[in-house]
Amino acid sequence: MVEKTFKITSSDGVHARPATVLVQNAGKYESDINLHYKEKSVNLKSIMGIMSLGIPADAEVKITAEGSDEQEAVDHLETTMKNEGLGE
Amino acid sequence: MTQLQGIAASSGIAIAKVYRLEAPDLSFDKKDIDQPEQEVKRLHEALDTSKSELEKIKEHTRKSLGDEHAEIFSAHLLVLSDPELIQPIEDKIKSENVNAEAALSETANMFIDMFKGMDNEYMRERAADIQDVTKRVMAHLLGVTFPDPALINEEVVIVADDLTPSDTAQLNKQYVKGFTTDIGGRTSHSAIMARSLEIPAVVGTKNITSQAGKDTMIIVDGINGDVIIDPSEDQIAEYKQKQDDFEKQKQEWAKLKDEATVTSEGDHVELVANIGTPDDVEGVLNNGGEGVGLYRTEFLYMGKSQLPTEEEQFDAYSSVLKQMGDKPVVVRTLDIGGDKELDYLDLPEEMNPFLGYRAIRLCLERDDIFRVQLRALLRASVHGNLKIMFPMIATLEEFRQAKAILDEERANLKEEGHDVSDEIEVGMMVEIPATAVIARQFAK
Repeated sequence: MVEKTFKITSSDGVHARPATVLVQNAGKYESDINLHYKEKSVNLKSIMGIMSLGIPADAEVKITAEGSDEQEAVDHLETTMKNEGLGE
Repeated sequence: MTQLQGIAASSGIAIAKVYRLEAPDLSFDKKDIDQPEQEVKRLHEALDTSKSELEKIKEHTRKSLGDEHAEIFSAHLLVLSDPELIQPIEDKIKSENVNAEAALSETANMFIDMFKGMDNEYMRERAADIQDVTKRVMAHLLGVTFPDPALINEEVVIVADDLTPSDTAQLNKQYVKGFTTDIGGRTSHSAIMARSLEIPAVVGTKNITSQAGKDTMIIVDGINGDVIIDPSEDQIAEYKQKQDDFEKQKQEWAKLKDEATVTSEGDHVELVANIGTPDDVEGVLNNGGEGVGLYRTEFLYMGKSQLPTEEEQFDAYSSVLKQMGDKPVVVRTLDIGGDKELDYLDLPEEMNPFLGYRAIRLCLERDDIFRVQLRALLRASVHGNLKIMFPMIATLEEFRQAKAILDEERANLKEEGHDVSDEIEVGMMVEIPATAVIARQFAK
């Protein structure tokens, strides 16, 4: 399993537009990918799962991936987080 | 042949087939089923049809309104592919042996309730997105048409109870030849939009929706306010002639557009236009307008799920001011409330919406909203000849308060290093009887 922690830098938190891109990119991988925030964890391939977390600015989140392409998935999502101005 | 009389809202003649724009009936019965695989298949067929429609709408929106507006449909598409939504629906069909309609509705409602219950306003608004997309899927399951004005690709006349600003914004002039509605008046928003789009419209017919069936021929006479359903050959010929005459008349008028507007005694009368969006400026300039007499800023606030940001407003105001050059542009600050509601502001309903909690009264109370607009206006002021007008002012005190807030924001912006024009005229709309009576005092 590969994991990576991020701090949300976007002032709006994780809102629909960047969440859309994250989910689109997560959907390109075979691995099971999850997003963890506080005590909760959701499927990162689910837009509603992500939105349901209501992640605010400055939150700390963790992405985990498990499967054949776990490393590529996490690397790609890290780039997405940065490109979308979502977190680092 | 049936003839109805309504209010002529936008000039011209339209002759085309009826396109009914209405909320589809999505009621269904919860049924027990014995072939769950069949139901799951139906569910996926409805999902696939909905997705391909959304792809088309997204493409259409991207072309007509740009990438940013099209983004929302990417999110809607993801909802329809969401494993956390689809899997529970399938499970429900299989474990409870219910039809796809019931499983979809119950599962979607669970999510909608969850989003509605969140303590973050932005997330609460996402409930509306889920509702929107599941309605489309439900319509396909039930085999009823889900109307998409943006996807119309043949000449039609739209028939509706009323048109919302977002409906009107989606209309494509190439195919939508005119529209007619049950309710509305000459100054309702749909009528104003029709005139800016220059498509014929008759509003306030009271019962056009109960008379005009899908695909029937219909004539909309936006000059006299007549609507003819299922006209005879002779009538069609007569109105085609009328349509030609109107076009010729318009060309005659067009020759006058750059003539000076002076009275026979030689007095110049300023000819300015009213606009609702930056797109309307083209019409003002092409028709020889000397300025904008009233820029209604409400459209920036309507048909969306949250307040427009300072940047969004700045872009709109600057675009209008730049296009108009040194010609004057009078911008009316937000006139919302009363009959013009914003879903996301949650305003109280009132007995007499025209004289209640609206416009400047609302802005003075919710100065957080007002200040954002004023900042955007002040920043845009360097791009042209801006004048600011406050609506619904009733007392001197209100006018002074509004002006004081404007001055405060001007000072704030300068401190932050922004350029602001020093020559912005500030005025008020005289629309309340009391202010007309004491107009002399305001003038001081």
